[in-house]
Amino acid sequence: MSKVLQFPLRSRRQWAGVALQAALVVVIGGLAYAAFVNAADNLAKAHIASGFRFWDNTAGFDISQTLIDYSSSTSTFGRAFWVGLLNTLLVASLGIVLATVLGFAIGIARLSRNWLVARLAGGYVELVRNIPLLLQLLFWYNAVLKALPELRDSIALPGAAYLNNRGLFLPRPELGEKFLYVAAAFAIGVAGTVAVHIWERRRQERTGAPPRTLSYAFVLIVILPVLVFFAMGAPLSFSYPEMGRFNIRGGTEILPEFAALLVALTIYTAAFIAEVVRAGILAVPHGQTEAAQALGLRVGSTLRLVVVPQAMRVMVPPLTSQYLNLTKNSSLAVAIGYPDLVQVFAGSVLNITGQAVEVIAITMSVYLFISLVTSLLMNWYGRAVSIVER
Amino acid sequence: MIADGNEPCALAIRGFARLILKGLIMQRLATAFAIAMVLALGAQAASAQTLKAVQDRGQLVCGANGTLAGFGAPDPQGNWIGFDVDFCRAIAAAIFNDPTKVKFVPLTPANRFTALQSGEIDVLARNTTWTMSRDTSLGIDFASVTYYDGQGFMVRKSLKVNSALELNDAAVCVQQGTTTELNLADYFRSNNMTLKTVTFATATEAVRAYDTGRCDAYTTDSSGLYGERLRLTDPNAHIVLPEIISKEPLAPAVRQGDNAWEDLARWTHQAMLDAEELGVTQQNVDDMVKSNSPDIRRLLGAEGQFGQSLGLTNDWAYRIIKAVGNYGEIFERNVGQGSPLKIARGLNALWTKGGLQYGLPVR
Repeated sequence: MSKVLQFPLRSRRQWAGVALQAALVVVIGGLAYAAFVNAADNLAKAHIASGFRFWDNTAGFDISQTLIDYSSSTSTFGRAFWVGLLNTLLVASLGIVLATVLGFAIGIARLSRNWLVARLAGGYVELVRNIPLLLQLLFWYNAVLKALPELRDSIALPGAAYLNNRGLFLPRPELGEKFLYVAAAFAIGVAGTVAVHIWERRRQERTGAPPRTLSYAFVLIVILPVLVFFAMGAPLSFSYPEMGRFNIRGGTEILPEFAALLVALTIYTAAFIAEVVRAGILAVPHGQTEAAQALGLRVGSTLRLVVVPQAMRVMVPPLTSQYLNLTKNSSLAVAIGYPDLVQVFAGSVLNITGQAVEVIAITMSVYLFISLVTSLLMNWYGRAVSIVER
Repeated sequence: MIADGNEPCALAIRGFARLILKGLIMQRLATAFAIAMVLALGAQAASAQTLKAVQDRGQLVCGANGTLAGFGAPDPQGNWIGFDVDFCRAIAAAIFNDPTKVKFVPLTPANRFTALQSGEIDVLARNTTWTMSRDTSLGIDFASVTYYDGQGFMVRKSLKVNSALELNDAAVCVQQGTTTELNLADYFRSNNMTLKTVTFATATEAVRAYDTGRCDAYTTDSSGLYGERLRLTDPNAHIVLPEIISKEPLAPAVRQGDNAWEDLARWTHQAMLDAEELGVTQQNVDDMVKSNSPDIRRLLGAEGQFGQSLGLTNDWAYRIIKAVGNYGEIFERNVGQGSPLKIARGLNALWTKGGLQYGLPVR
């Protein structure tokens, strides 16, 4: 790789190049500044309010899903912004995890030697990625809503949960004070497992004995916290959903809008991730698999230890794109009434305040910021899995 | 890349840069500045001369609803019909003597004000509530209240609810970015009730969700409720509750700063009201021109120079009545007894009949 610039600059040609780039930066910056001043000027001329004073004004509207305290009577537009942002992050982060799991499964299934499995996975990919996401979203939303019963005919699920067209209502765990000890036991268990794993790996390198981390992990992560839980007198109770006249009170609820959006985003993005995974695996020369098998590794181990690590470095950049797409696509929530950032902030807040320029600018900056952070994390990960050249 | 002289990529970049420097860049910059200047000066120029711009264009551009039956929606043949639509047709008739010289732009609550501010439309006639904040901070002015409305609720008959006060805990579907969304929260709060709002970007989505049973109630301006009810799977299974929880004076809006254009919009409505009060209808307007009543003669342009002071011809109101009829005719045809909505005149009756519609005098 050649360096972009080498100092000190030696030839006239190099100086000219740097000068050209500097001039371009100045011109672009100047144009951006001119556009900004121009917009501000035009807004003032047209008697349109501008600025960010609205941020601390009372919002006055309700939001159906709030992860932080929010009330229409006291909360501000700024608070509504955070509510919307958190809802976006919730659906995007869950979507990324689920789409990755599903995408890997489908991608590997498509390479299966089993004719039926491979064809099913292929059919899934071709069907899902060739239909616009918005249509799929509306399909899931309307299909989910139409299929579910009315409130009065709710399906009672085991564990005092209810399912109807208002959502899925679950008991909400109410943690006692002593639950802290259980959490601490869990943390110790996880830390212990990591330590055991490192120690076992060293032992494997020394003696060749296979690691037995799994059984240790079970004891440390599952048994230990459970013992502590009962020793502390089971400090956990549930708030159960109860049927009211119009709605179910108490418990916690998962909105159908949220479910539909999550399902649509997961299924859609998983189809693309499946192709990324397939491409990544096919990019690893078949000789690697043969070599691994010649060493006596089983199919699972070959995949886990030889193929996937090499495939990962091919997969990371396109995978990043898919994560970014998923996050940005979550703004389609506006079509089905899930209160994400666009719906709450670029919808309700924009309309009530009328300050389109400011609100849209903030919203765009937020998506830009989320995307840049995602890219940054993925680039770090990409560097970590890349082949270290010695 | 700059430092590495031999790569084809670097060569291409340098070649391109040279091309830009040889004149192209000046041309581009000049264009960019020209665009910026047009933006800066254009807004001002357009704001003061809407009438002239409309006349030069040969067409009025009207921001309308697009999906609300009775107020503004295309019929199956694609012709726009409705109460708000007729207001725009009336303006077109006054200017061009041709009510068809209107282009309708369907708008959502989210983009309606931006469309007006940016000059994309000349007038916004989209069941929009006249509120103080909109009037003072959006750079727009409202012409005249064409329809006195109020927010109501629609519920399923099977719920056996007779009053909105029984809706504690209910899930309510609402369209976002409307005064409705705010009134809803206020109403439940002031009556110590809780609710679950489900907010949708468009009325179509909100109504569909209500229809599938996602919500117990749907709320919007009561005029809208009658219109939306027609779109439900079984309109007769739903009732509109008696409570009206807010004041929703619906008014067409124009850009602030073009007073002549605002006058034209205001007087278009007033002319239709005056016509109803004076008994001038689409049918009898040709006879009425010969009337001896000075009020009618002034309205229809047989006396005075009232049209010219609006920048139009003196028969401007005659053209309006001839093309779309008086206020009462427009009301009955679109939302009243002559329509599937069957909304009573109520507050929108003339002041002489116990309503609030009071035509200002032409003199």
